[in-house]
Amino acid sequence: MSGIVMPRPDDEVLARRGEIVAALKRLVPGEGVIDAAVEMRAYESDALTAYRQLPLVVVLPETVEQVSAVLRYCHENSVKVVPRGAGTSLSGGALPVGDGVLLSMMKFNQVLDIDPANRAAVVQPGVTNLGITRAVEHLGFYYAPDPSSQIACSIGGNIAENSGGVHCLKYGLTTNNVLGLEMVLVTGEVIRLGGKHLDAEGYDILALMTGSEGLLGVVTEVTVRILQKPETARAALIGFPTSEDGGQCVADIIGAGIIPGGMEMMDELAINAAEDFVNAGYPRDAGALLIVELDGPEAEVDYLLGEIEAIARRNKASSLRVSTSEEERNTFWAGRKAAFPAVGRISPDYLCMDGTIPRKALPEVLTRMRALGETHGLRCANVFHAGDGNLHPLILYDANQPGQLEAAEAFGADILKLCVEFDGVLTGEHGVGIEKRDLMPEMFTEDDLKQQQRVKCAFDPKQLLNPGKVFPVLHRCAELGRMHVHKGQLPFPDIPRF
Amino acid sequence: MSDTLSPRSADEVREAVQWAAAEEQPLEVLGTGSKRALGRPVQAAHALDLSALSGIMLYEPAELVISALAGTPLAEIEAALDAHNQELAFDPIDYGALLGHAPGAGTVGGMIGANLAGSKRLKFGAARDHILGMEAVSGRGEIFKSGGRVVKNVTGYDLPRTLTGSWGTLAVATRITLKVQPRAEMEATFVISGLNPREATQAMTAAMGSSAEVSAAAHLPPEIAAVLSAHGHALSGAATLLRLEGFASSVDYRFAALKALLQVGGTVSRLEAEASRALWRDVRDCRAFAGTDEHVWRISVAPTAGADFIARVQAAFACQAYCDWSGGLVWLAVSGEDPQADAVRAAVADVGGGHAMLVRAPAPLRTAVAVFQPQPEALAALSARIKAQFDPHGVLNPGRMGS
Repeated sequence: MSGIVMPRPDDEVLARRGEIVAALKRLVPGEGVIDAAVEMRAYESDALTAYRQLPLVVVLPETVEQVSAVLRYCHENSVKVVPRGAGTSLSGGALPVGDGVLLSMMKFNQVLDIDPANRAAVVQPGVTNLGITRAVEHLGFYYAPDPSSQIACSIGGNIAENSGGVHCLKYGLTTNNVLGLEMVLVTGEVIRLGGKHLDAEGYDILALMTGSEGLLGVVTEVTVRILQKPETARAALIGFPTSEDGGQCVADIIGAGIIPGGMEMMDELAINAAEDFVNAGYPRDAGALLIVELDGPEAEVDYLLGEIEAIARRNKASSLRVSTSEEERNTFWAGRKAAFPAVGRISPDYLCMDGTIPRKALPEVLTRMRALGETHGLRCANVFHAGDGNLHPLILYDANQPGQLEAAEAFGADILKLCVEFDGVLTGEHGVGIEKRDLMPEMFTEDDLKQQQRVKCAFDPKQLLNPGKVFPVLHRCAELGRMHVHKGQLPFPDIPRF
Repeated sequence: MSDTLSPRSADEVREAVQWAAAEEQPLEVLGTGSKRALGRPVQAAHALDLSALSGIMLYEPAELVISALAGTPLAEIEAALDAHNQELAFDPIDYGALLGHAPGAGTVGGMIGANLAGSKRLKFGAARDHILGMEAVSGRGEIFKSGGRVVKNVTGYDLPRTLTGSWGTLAVATRITLKVQPRAEMEATFVISGLNPREATQAMTAAMGSSAEVSAAAHLPPEIAAVLSAHGHALSGAATLLRLEGFASSVDYRFAALKALLQVGGTVSRLEAEASRALWRDVRDCRAFAGTDEHVWRISVAPTAGADFIARVQAAFACQAYCDWSGGLVWLAVSGEDPQADAVRAAVADVGGGHAMLVRAPAPLRTAVAVFQPQPEALAALSARIKAQFDPHGVLNPGRMGS
């Protein structure tokens, strides 16, 4: 365990463990409550495996009524709750706390309603991202956001992290593809937001919930927008001598009014790691590789591929291949989709970062990142969602070498600070969680963060839901609510008045 | 209105709101005031006029991003985008014609406050789907920022999106950053004449569920189509409209695909470029109900429920209606003194739920009748708690969204 400190467990709550477990067993009968340490091991971490913690108890409710009862009990008895979906978070968003309930939503795994006429599907939060597409593809539909963990990650978790994927420049993020939610507040109250209609009544709480990292409520039902599958999709694999050339090609494609379905870039180290792993036919000598996917009507795809080829040639493309079959297109993607495990083969451990930068900053950020790597004595492979500026540097290290995890974390923090320096952000789609929690002041002022925390107070004044995540400094809601006002004379004599 | 404050910077906005909070003096937050006739009227002795806080601060076409101060006229933003063949994909409605004032009057802050959207919402979403970042002053008189200038961002709660559509009741936006998109090379509209509402719903549903990438779908019954023909659009009888945008070869290809797909009867014709654009502008802006004295509702339901909703209200009271968003948006004009709020909301509930907003009605009616869809108790209480966290003294646009 390294630098990130979680709140100290409350001894008073730990002392009540027996009573709490017994009460939860009454609320969720059968095998829905797990309290044996050996069985709770499966929940001690998410995909940020460097951090582990056994929860007080694990609860797996099956009905909304059970979720409501568990939350009401925890609220009334001041017990913390960490919601968890599939546990694929890369930021520690589902890391348990020792004095809190780990609330797994994975028994909520049913597809409830498929409504092709309204282009909507209603599912429970434990359904996997890919599971939604699987449930609607026989009708020619799919669910657009496709994070690379889509085979495992749950739609509830996607809402918590506002997940993206490779297609979000054209098709949007989770927040653009969710129409409605049913959720349970920490008090146990059940509320419904949105539905198959589009206009929201009142404040857009649906938008607030999406990307709230499990701090505001527990989602129990999701209505998503489903789209008709594009008639065809083809991909171009374009090699460039340098990432500057590749970056300019991306800018020129968008400048020409083309929004590709997907646009991904990899650097030399990532290209070679992926090629060693899956033999996708990537050009090993290229300094940067761009995968551009066009989808839509065949006539449009053919026309745009011609335009992109011309743009690529103008930008010194060193190689260019266009897929001629669905099989070949999948091969082009296989390397990119396997980039993380491919890098895992060339290094004992790696840390996956997730900053976003304005696209144009890419060449300079990559140059600075190489220099940072030299300072920290570590290598870094880069995969980049070129369409939307989301950068995934993979820092290679060996946890068995003393000091390397700490060096990797320090390198990662420097990379994220670099992203912020270039007008980017700390996290594009993995979430703040615990991983980037202490970096939040790099991007936000104290007032920015306090206003965010006040939003939490509207939902969870006792701050019981997913504590220790996202915010570096916890303030009590009473303290956040205080206002210092000076009554008296007008403090703004200079503002024009009419 | 006794007093108008016109701050020229975010710091001056902060000073004004700090004073208002300290003195518990409510402020009506305004840009050009083009949406004052929308929503519940605000009772405030002071206005906070943001029109001096104007100007595009950043526009990078290759990055698909624009950032402007909140009082910047929307027309200025659209002109800047137009010069680079770009646009706001969500095609914001211009309420000018419907509310009886000149078009093109609003600001970017007003657009965000009202979460504007247009006919293309089905494909491209609303303003809330395109906002990337915001700087604002809370009702506590504190400057805060949230979001950024990049599309993919989950660093903290998504306050810009949450504040979109909050009608200035949570915070005063001072700067707004938006995603923009390339303008389509060309467009055409697939027009089917002579369908009844049930056939039109079938046609729109089939088109939207196909891979023809229809960007907007509307159905105008004969009496509405007649009003729009009087405004110069080439329509005769009921008109079902399907909008196609994109590269020329692609539009032609998809037009042919729709023709093969939609064997629903009626006569098919094609509106080209400017004729198509002009028609959709009037469909979007509810031009059919401009200049009348009827009460106008905007109703959002599931797309397949639109025709059913219209049939129910037309059986209950005298009204005219048409639908956009493939049936998901109903524009309803009610004659007489009574806007029929209870009957409208009962019909919304009967067709599966949704949202009904009383868009045009005299101010006393917009005070007496709930302008926005009333919320269930737990949700209303949560909304009130959110309001209290941003604006504990209730000084920003009090009553704008409800009493």
